[in-house]
Amino acid sequence: MPFSSLSHIQTRLDNAETTAVEVAQLYLDRIATHNETLNAFVYIDAEHVLAQAEASDKHRAKHGARALEGLPIAVKDIFCTQNGPTQCCSNILKDFHAPYDAHVITKLKEAGAVLVGKTNMDEFAMGSSNETSAFGPCRNPWNTDTIPGGSSGGSAAAVSAALTPAALGTDTGGSIRQPASLTGITGLKPTYGRVSRRGIIAFASSLDQAGPMTRTVKDAAMITSVISGHDSGDATSVADAPELDWLAACDKTDMKGLRIGVPKEYFVEGMDAEVRASVEAALKQCEALGAELVDISLPNTKLAVAAYYVIAPSEASANLSRYDSVRFGHRCDNPEDLLDMYTRSRDEGFGAEVKRRILTGAFALSSGYYDAYYLKAQQVRTMIQQDFLTAFENVDIIATPTSPITAFKLGEKTDDPLTMYLSDIYTIAVNLAGLPGLSQPCGFSADLPVGLQWIAPAWREDVLLSAASAYEGATDWHNKSPKAFDEVSGGES
Amino acid sequence: MNWEVVIGLEVHCQINTKTKAFCGCSTAFGSEPNTQTCPVCLGMPGQLPVLNTLAVDKTILTGLAIGAQINLESKFDRKNYFYPDLPKGYQITQFTVPLVEHGYIDITTKDRGDRRIGITRIHMEEDAGKSMHEGLDAVSHIDLNRSGIPLMEIVSEPDMRSSDEAIAYLKNLHQVIRFLGVSGADMEKGQFRCDANVSVRHPGDEFGTRTEMKNMNSFRFIKQAIDYEVMRQIEVIEDGGEVVQESRLWDSVKNESRSMRSKEEANDYRYFPEPDLPPLRVSQLEVDNIKAGMPELPHQLRARFETEFGLSAYDADVLTQTRELSDWYEALVAAHPADPKRCANWMANELLGRLKELNKNIEDSPVSPNQFGELMDRMGDNTISGKIAKDVLDAMLESGKSADAIIDEKGLKQVSDTGAIDAMILEIMAANQGQVDAYRGGKDKLFGFFVGQVMKASKGKANPGMVNQRLKELLKG
Repeated sequence: MPFSSLSHIQTRLDNAETTAVEVAQLYLDRIATHNETLNAFVYIDAEHVLAQAEASDKHRAKHGARALEGLPIAVKDIFCTQNGPTQCCSNILKDFHAPYDAHVITKLKEAGAVLVGKTNMDEFAMGSSNETSAFGPCRNPWNTDTIPGGSSGGSAAAVSAALTPAALGTDTGGSIRQPASLTGITGLKPTYGRVSRRGIIAFASSLDQAGPMTRTVKDAAMITSVISGHDSGDATSVADAPELDWLAACDKTDMKGLRIGVPKEYFVEGMDAEVRASVEAALKQCEALGAELVDISLPNTKLAVAAYYVIAPSEASANLSRYDSVRFGHRCDNPEDLLDMYTRSRDEGFGAEVKRRILTGAFALSSGYYDAYYLKAQQVRTMIQQDFLTAFENVDIIATPTSPITAFKLGEKTDDPLTMYLSDIYTIAVNLAGLPGLSQPCGFSADLPVGLQWIAPAWREDVLLSAASAYEGATDWHNKSPKAFDEVSGGES
Repeated sequence: MNWEVVIGLEVHCQINTKTKAFCGCSTAFGSEPNTQTCPVCLGMPGQLPVLNTLAVDKTILTGLAIGAQINLESKFDRKNYFYPDLPKGYQITQFTVPLVEHGYIDITTKDRGDRRIGITRIHMEEDAGKSMHEGLDAVSHIDLNRSGIPLMEIVSEPDMRSSDEAIAYLKNLHQVIRFLGVSGADMEKGQFRCDANVSVRHPGDEFGTRTEMKNMNSFRFIKQAIDYEVMRQIEVIEDGGEVVQESRLWDSVKNESRSMRSKEEANDYRYFPEPDLPPLRVSQLEVDNIKAGMPELPHQLRARFETEFGLSAYDADVLTQTRELSDWYEALVAAHPADPKRCANWMANELLGRLKELNKNIEDSPVSPNQFGELMDRMGDNTISGKIAKDVLDAMLESGKSADAIIDEKGLKQVSDTGAIDAMILEIMAANQGQVDAYRGGKDKLFGFFVGQVMKASKGKANPGMVNQRLKELLKG
């Protein structure tokens, strides 16, 4: 049971084979057993979880089941929730309690989901290994000496080790897909504007997008169908986005007629040989399923990381100005004056990586440097968008590795931010172009999961889901679970 | 030496929407601190701005009224700086592409005749909160009720050449804004605040180095501050020094300005496009609809009052100072259509003067346009003289009663009966035989004496025209 998919649990609930309370208790027990090892959750309120489950069972009995009735979903500490603290894994928001729910949290509640708790993450979502968290690193269930990826590392580890059947993450430069890849699960970043950002703590506003992290493609579709949709409270949430039949898109079992673009720039020197082999094997499998592989070029790919590390920190430098200790958040002791209060509070509250990005961003926006950095980066962004538009004239979807490497050891890259930034080399361009992307497991390299990334045109998550579903149906990677956490639980599976 | 003054003005004008620029909080003035706030205008984590489209419409209306171009696509930017009353650490404003560009205000100057003052741009932005330091020890208090209130920043070209021109521009702009109803523009409440950029040069030279006088909210202070700054700059240069580019603050108590910060100390605001708001797009149709609903502007009203009602330029000007005045006047003419000029004279000279003494605006007048019209009617039909009318008006203002009631009550009806007037004249002539003889002997000036005596005897009620006519007749002998 613990490693069941969300949809499988849903069927069991629908058939009255179990109850929401039982399901919640199962995962609470697993969290109690394993979280100390993994540090995937930074906040759990078991009583509150059980109360929600109880209410869900009552709702089901009285009014029938809603879209996610009784299904446990964990959320990254970046989502504001009225219950419990929302700290973005930063000391500057230590013990901050939001007086509101994020829009997507409201949507999940309205669909009957049981919110399990807050998951670990890189501080303010700035990181690719979950090591910048103020609450300590999270570990990869496949090898607890390694990182789970980031920034949604806690959500990834929690789903991978079945401490929850599903979780929400956010993806600014790969923060859903890269950890999904490194922990062997499925992660979907919707088209920018598909999901409201209201109540999600902003990192880089023009790039941030929330999405599901799940065991199966269909589970990702179930959650996205609930959290997506126009929100009049977010001016960047698109009002006339094409509606999709999310679940029907997952019924696809073949790839007949599908033209898959394979960009040569994504298969380069320096990538892990087994990652490459796994992805190439996956592409062969797609051919066997009826797809046509088309060599394509995304010529500006090499500029994506540089552009991203100007645009994202620039936006972040402004987004994080509100943590000034005046109205909420950490304030230093006995400030001498206003300047001392600002500098000391922020110095104590923010970690090194966050400071690095604030400084980078403030520099890029400074008078005299703006044209050379920010403006140039925006021009590159347009070129990258154009690359994809051109590619999609000839192909329906693009397939790439999600990450050039598998999970690395804790501390391995912490002193080398540039190498760390390269972990997102395959995911960043998708955010810059605002496109939907999905990562799903496609193999192993030295017993660590490898991820396959799908990229579709804007608003065509259905194309992603169909291709990924067909691949998932023909393979068994999504059913693999990390041994150390796969003890038999109550004889169910 | 001959100096030319160059002035450009930036006006921050509060747009009078019910709710704030980017959230649903009330904009009402004078509430308890921090009671009109929400997570958005408090800058709480994850909160996002949603643009108040009414504020956009009012800015467009203002742009159309100053003959400006409306940019169908404009952009919002973030202006970054830290201050405790700026919750997000940045202000949402329009930096690169404002909603309105290239407008103007016409003024009449003393030395240079009619002048067109260019308006570079009007952009939308949000106000900050208020910091309070006075009377507090080692702490400051922050009131964020004002945080997020929509503003228009109206930036002029450096087209003004004296403080008088600057004030004329500001007054005309203020008047247009009040007429449009886009802002209360109450200067005491800070709804219309001005920064003045001032420099001096020799005519024909390049612009001199300018200084900026910040945040002034009275026409008098603005004029004083500009005049002070002009003198200061000329002194600096004539003493062989150089004007330093800086921001200065006017101290209205000491009547002097002092340096706030120099160019070197100036903030680098690190402007960049606001990623939370897509570009602001308006359609030409929307602009046309706003244009169609545009009220008459002061200069249009002045022209119409002159042609339609035959008013003097002066009266037309007085009666178009505010929308309330022109509305009142038009209601008065509707009540007393017989003589719009009489209405204008009486309203401008008698009513407004009295209201001023009572410290009231026209909209608070105890006498309604209909009641005042009745008073005009009674003069028109010779029931009372102008002199009596003034007394009646006083009584109306005091008692709130109608003109007719007062005339009846006090028996002020004008005497136009020839017999009664002749009787009074003959009685006065009999009592003043000496003057009668003198008049008949050629002392014409004494005519006024006889008029005065008759009016006195009639307690002012005698019809002055008839008194004149009968006196001439009877004094002939």
